[in-house]
Amino acid sequence: MGTQTGIGASVKRKEDKRFIIGKGRYLDDISRPGQTYGYFIRSPHAHAKITSLDSTAALKAPGVVAVLTGPDMQADGIGPLICGWGITSKDGTPHKAPAHPALAIGRVRYVGHQVALVVAETLQQARDAAELVEIEYEELDHVIEVGDALAAGAPQIHDDVPGNLSFDWELGDRAKTDGAISAAHHVTRMKLRNNRLIPNAMEPRAALGDYDSGTDEITLYTTSQNPHVHRLVLSAFNAVAPEHKLRVIAPDVGGGFGSKIFIYSEETVCAWATKKLNRPIKWTAERSESFLSDAHGRDHETFAEMAFDANGKILGLKVSTKANVGCYLSTFASAVPTYLYGTLLSGQYTIPAIYCEVQAGFTNTAPVDAYRGAGRPEATYVVERMIEIGAREMGIDPAEIRKRNFIAPDAYPYETPVIMTYDSGNYALAMDKALEAIDYSGFAARKAQSQTKGKLRGIGFSAFIEACGIAPSAAVGSLGAGVGLWESAQVRFNPTGSVTVFTGSHSHGQGHETTFAQIISDQLGVPIDQVEISHGDTGKVPFGMGTYGSRSLAVGGSAIMKAIDKIVEKSKKIAAHTLEASVEDIEHSGGVFKVAGTDKQMTMAEIAFSAYVPHNYPADVEPGMDETAFYDPLNFTFPAGTHIAEVEIDPDTGTTEILDWVAVDDFGNVINPMIVEGQVHGGIAQGIGQALLENCVYDKESGQLLTGSYMDYCMPRADDLPTFRVQTINTPCKTNPLGVKGCGEAGAISAPAALMNAITNALGKEIDMPATPEKVWRAAQGL
Amino acid sequence: MPTVSMTVNGKPVTAEIAPNTLLVSFLRENLRLTGTHVGCDTSQCGACVIHIDGESAKACTVLALQANGAEITTIEGLAKGNNLHPMQKAFQENHGLQCGFCTTGMIMSAVDLVKKHGKPDDATIRKGLEGNICRCTGYQNIVKSVKAAAQEMEG
Repeated sequence: MGTQTGIGASVKRKEDKRFIIGKGRYLDDISRPGQTYGYFIRSPHAHAKITSLDSTAALKAPGVVAVLTGPDMQADGIGPLICGWGITSKDGTPHKAPAHPALAIGRVRYVGHQVALVVAETLQQARDAAELVEIEYEELDHVIEVGDALAAGAPQIHDDVPGNLSFDWELGDRAKTDGAISAAHHVTRMKLRNNRLIPNAMEPRAALGDYDSGTDEITLYTTSQNPHVHRLVLSAFNAVAPEHKLRVIAPDVGGGFGSKIFIYSEETVCAWATKKLNRPIKWTAERSESFLSDAHGRDHETFAEMAFDANGKILGLKVSTKANVGCYLSTFASAVPTYLYGTLLSGQYTIPAIYCEVQAGFTNTAPVDAYRGAGRPEATYVVERMIEIGAREMGIDPAEIRKRNFIAPDAYPYETPVIMTYDSGNYALAMDKALEAIDYSGFAARKAQSQTKGKLRGIGFSAFIEACGIAPSAAVGSLGAGVGLWESAQVRFNPTGSVTVFTGSHSHGQGHETTFAQIISDQLGVPIDQVEISHGDTGKVPFGMGTYGSRSLAVGGSAIMKAIDKIVEKSKKIAAHTLEASVEDIEHSGGVFKVAGTDKQMTMAEIAFSAYVPHNYPADVEPGMDETAFYDPLNFTFPAGTHIAEVEIDPDTGTTEILDWVAVDDFGNVINPMIVEGQVHGGIAQGIGQALLENCVYDKESGQLLTGSYMDYCMPRADDLPTFRVQTINTPCKTNPLGVKGCGEAGAISAPAALMNAITNALGKEIDMPATPEKVWRAAQGL
Repeated sequence: MPTVSMTVNGKPVTAEIAPNTLLVSFLRENLRLTGTHVGCDTSQCGACVIHIDGESAKACTVLALQANGAEITTIEGLAKGNNLHPMQKAFQENHGLQCGFCTTGMIMSAVDLVKKHGKPDDATIRKGLEGNICRCTGYQNIVKSVKAAAQEMEG
């Protein structure tokens, strides 16, 4: 296909029109006839017994339809929320995942915990009536930090989880790693804090349950990255409705970043309550509810030891992490600090021995789960901070020490000591390009110039790797995943030659409606405006596992490629029949089917028409042109690259100015460079947010969330960020048909380490994230 | 209930509303103009920015009654029929949006910004959009979009 709309072209996004004219259809934009409004009453306490709940007065208030509680759900047989990934502890016992009822039963465990739903004719009436629900609490001791929660004598959050320990997991060879450390020339030892974040997609979570008593079908509109997974879990585990009587629609979704993967209390309650009350019920989170009850991210306390020989070659890495999982295990919470974390601790390096242990502790805070990068930013932060500090301690240039340790471009497939097999990469090439782009050799002069102005200049590296394209089902199944992680695609030609693609990969900002259409246009020669991408509705799309882990293109795109293969195979038979040739003689290229060595040919559009108007048609071929494929990846993909940040610090004010940012990423083949670049920008922005601005803080004394609004939680704004200089290198992935690796998370994974390396380089001392002006000022002043 | 009258996207509207109705709720719920979004509850995010008498304003922080008699423009009224406003075009041309949720408020703020500053430089754009939060784009392509639109709007 022409380069204008095919693979590799920066096609302007097809989906933009509706968004720029205000015709996007987000959840709160949808209303159903006879709709009621739900308002959740939430716990004001971090930990308390519910001693009584009286809704008598509320039920008499104007417009109130119902007040529903946890015991009501239990009585209706609605099951608790689940964690879908089983982790096995060192001692062979399964992780502890205490029952998580969608509405609290008897006890609340964090501020914001859902206690009851008030349903009324208007939102105002529901809110007003919530004030009339009388709830008595008996406060219990609480614990906020994971280190405190796992210490002896900590308050018990769950009666059946001694010591608040969900699991104590390990990966790698402890003895070998200990041996490497004791025999090393130099060992770098560091405590690292990966700060807790709140995802903050700009569209708050929302749900609208709509029960049809005529068909006994529940339609749940919800802000989901994976509507089929919602349907599966709500049906199989929560018993809201059988799968064929539950339709889940995720319309336009205003950002996710992981936070809309999970099956939360609120949508479970709305799906159940709509049938119970036989009325549509809409709930839209206020931003303060998002802060309180969206799954948070990160929150690790880590001690790491990196062992080096005299030349700076890494001999071993030992990592001990305490991961705060909040008060319950959320949908994928157990996988994040384990198989998405420990498995990436080899970074881009040949490290002979690695050992990682992770203790996951419950605390009286919101559940913690996947947030953009999910485990892999935490791993990159450990590896890239440790190697940088090691280089400083040993007096080796930070770029040079990385090069001495890179896995060589001819070493693939490369098996790490932490169960990953990298298929491809060229880490030195990305590093060299980044060094050139930032003019590394000129840094010393620039630093000296800053000094003359009384400023501290620093440069920081991050050579990150991630495991994306999640994930080969058998492999993750053996590691505890409760689901398969394939993707499906249906490619349907219409008789007039236009195409509708149904994909399980939901798009909530990633631009699938354009990227996926480019694949069709490229492979089958269909003009891109004749391709429609449909996603987000279990009533339309056959199946799907959704969008997360930078998997949409690598897995969802590959499923589309498989469906295209089936279309081509069938089309060859039709072309052979029509052109009176043998199937073996039909050659296909970009939607043109030609008899080899002749000028006889048919276009894809002609073949599609023939398939629906089969007047002259092969007897052994079914009419129609509509193929479905499922694709299960063979391996993870391994995007990698180097980011370099250059900063200038004003020691008098503690402010950090990011002067330059260079990113050289290897995403394999690229379908739409414009979209890829945009994804990198956004990822870096979130990574900078983590390193410089954002921090979720609970008050240890009261258990209250102190950073519960945009007045207190510092989101990156336009004037906080620099202009990023982004480029890609392209070593194709060897394990999927598109050769793609995924780009959505890279920036968020790489940026925190690069920026903290730059800031600590400037300061000449260590500080933890976020590098707020106060912390930086104290460090600069030697306080 | 009191009566409110205003002109919204060139059309006169009159309605009886509860006195505590916010302008954003009036637009979204009463007029079903759902292009104006609500992204926070502290007047920080800017997803609800509209124009009141030609000036950008956060519709979540204005009572509908305060807008009595005003000329309101929402994102739905920015294009002239099928002709997109240069700012709308520029956001599409320069990949200035991803999920689209903040976009409508961002565009409305940016239009006012360019009106006030002519051809703003990067720093002016970044400062001027400080009241609009975007979680997707890292702002770089938004800045690029606004710059491109400023050229068109002047020309």
